[in-house]
Amino acid sequence: MDASGDVQDLHLLDLTKAFGDFVAVDDLTLTIPAGSFFALLGPSGCGKTTTLRMVAGLEDPTQGQILLGETDITHEKPYKRHVNTVFQSYALFPHLDIFENVAFGLRRRGIKNVEPQVTAMLELVELGPLARRKPAQLSGGQQQRVAVARALINQPGVLLLDEPLGALDLKLRRQMQIELKRIQTEVGTTFVHVTHDQEEAMTMADTVAVMNKGRIEQMGAPIDIYDLPQTSFVANFLGQSNLLSGSVNSGGDVLEVSAQGQRFGVPSNRSVVTSGDIVIGVRPEKLSLAAAGEQVADGRNAIPGRVTDASFTGVSTQYLVMTPWDAEWVVFEQNRASAIMRPGDEVTIHWEVRHTFGLAPAEAV
Amino acid sequence: MPAMAPSKKSSASTGVGVRRRPRTAYLLLIPGLGWLSIFFVVPLISLFATSLQAPTGKNGVYQAAFQVSNYAEAIAEYWPQFVRSFIYSGIATVLALVIAYPLAYFIAFRAGKWRALLLVLVVAPFFASFLLRTYAWRTILADEGFITSFFNMLHLLPEQRILNTPIAVVLGLTYNFLPFMILPLYAALERIDPRLIEAAGDLYASPFTGFRKVVWPLSLPGVVAGTLLTFIPASGDYINATLLGAPSDRMVGNAIQTNFLQFRDYPIASALSFILMAIILTLVFVYIRRAGTEDLV
Repeated sequence: MDASGDVQDLHLLDLTKAFGDFVAVDDLTLTIPAGSFFALLGPSGCGKTTTLRMVAGLEDPTQGQILLGETDITHEKPYKRHVNTVFQSYALFPHLDIFENVAFGLRRRGIKNVEPQVTAMLELVELGPLARRKPAQLSGGQQQRVAVARALINQPGVLLLDEPLGALDLKLRRQMQIELKRIQTEVGTTFVHVTHDQEEAMTMADTVAVMNKGRIEQMGAPIDIYDLPQTSFVANFLGQSNLLSGSVNSGGDVLEVSAQGQRFGVPSNRSVVTSGDIVIGVRPEKLSLAAAGEQVADGRNAIPGRVTDASFTGVSTQYLVMTPWDAEWVVFEQNRASAIMRPGDEVTIHWEVRHTFGLAPAEAV
Repeated sequence: MPAMAPSKKSSASTGVGVRRRPRTAYLLLIPGLGWLSIFFVVPLISLFATSLQAPTGKNGVYQAAFQVSNYAEAIAEYWPQFVRSFIYSGIATVLALVIAYPLAYFIAFRAGKWRALLLVLVVAPFFASFLLRTYAWRTILADEGFITSFFNMLHLLPEQRILNTPIAVVLGLTYNFLPFMILPLYAALERIDPRLIEAAGDLYASPFTGFRKVVWPLSLPGVVAGTLLTFIPASGDYINATLLGAPSDRMVGNAIQTNFLQFRDYPIASALSFILMAIILTLVFVYIRRAGTEDLV
């Protein structure tokens, strides 16, 4: 079952795909390390599925190269590539039973005795007893696992997953996320997972590439991207962020930024720009609320505001706070504080300087 | 317990639906059943009675009897017409399938915005009369026509002509019943998710293997429907044989027609009709069993 022997890095070099005037994928260069669980994350129409289809051979690149290890597979026919796909709607063959669906790839490659492999694969996805059922007789989650088994049995160099969990309900999706991660660890194949669900990408992937308008905005480990987004698109697509435009007054280890008549500190190693215009940001869970007039510890960034909404979710309370410049900030506070603020309360939002990040102003990107 | 309540309720409500549905369904059957019994079952019984009648000695007048020998006589005299009917319509069906499949495939998967227009064009011949269109083929296939001249130039025609040969009859049958092949094929192909073809390619099937293992089996219901809709009417047809064939190319439809209208030998004509029906029913039954379409989604 272990396929790590022929798992190789996947390289995309200057990959471009244009449909008429519309550039779906724009000069993409990317290396996906062998054996990693890689997520391409982005809103619909950002080019992530087109990228995947080019790797699968279902779409011909307008420009650029695709390499699997050292081999150029850019123009290789899809049925000759050692790449397999889990399709968005699963695309299971309705006239074949589960066993034959899973055996399809092996049979096409002329393997005679498919029984042991198919049985082992069905075991891996826990569908052994359903081998003789037709796809229509299975639930969505089971069909999904058949789709994974059908692709994975071929021990592909790269397994492509196109929004594989999109059709499942929330609970099943959580379950399948864990399941897919387990299968990936077990077989060691490179998984390239396309999704628009940021939580899904963060839970499952080692590396996340956030795509927007055919380009990669930022790539890295989920925790790093979340902690230090480098564009305002990433700051808002991956989790939520509170952003504020200003300008840098002075440099140093901690930049001094003035915005809306207030001064803020931003660590210079957490900022994309170190002079001129800047957008500063902070994640909602890094914020704390204090009643207006209450003393806030020195050296923290702080802004005044008025609570407009407070929703208690059990673990935390989610506040919406209106700032004096009419921007609504989101604050998540753990329910450890004794006092819960109410809508209408005047408050001070404050946070540690080291949690602030600095972005380039949107128009300069 | 609370979880039980809604399911109980829903099963009760579907129970009502199940009880009510058959009655409505039977009501809906009444017009069709009425029509079929008056215009199909009654004539069929009368036809069967006629097929067993005996002559009275007066030409065209017969009396009720149980003359089974009519059937033996019909077969003895007209078996060549039967054989010809099934050979001609069999070849025409295969030709129609070969022509219709790529066309239906193209319309279903590649035609894009032209799809609707192409489908209208497939049906367009029906706007002109069947008889008229078959007459037109006399001109197209005429001895001095360009098609015949062209093939004669290549010395490909054994009788140096197409009109009044079995070739013309088969071509006419193929042409006339082609839409009945295209439409069910299109309907079956159009239902196939193009992603299944992509998936086959992704799983190491060459385009041809992908077609053989995925598209063809999924289109089988259309193939069966199309071949039946072509073969059955083609085997009973007599217009094509009359207008495009020589007297030696006559089919069983011609035999029925001449017996009814010219010889006024109603029992033989009726017996011929019943034999044709029996043979077709047997062939269709065997065919459907062999194609195994009941197993397809």
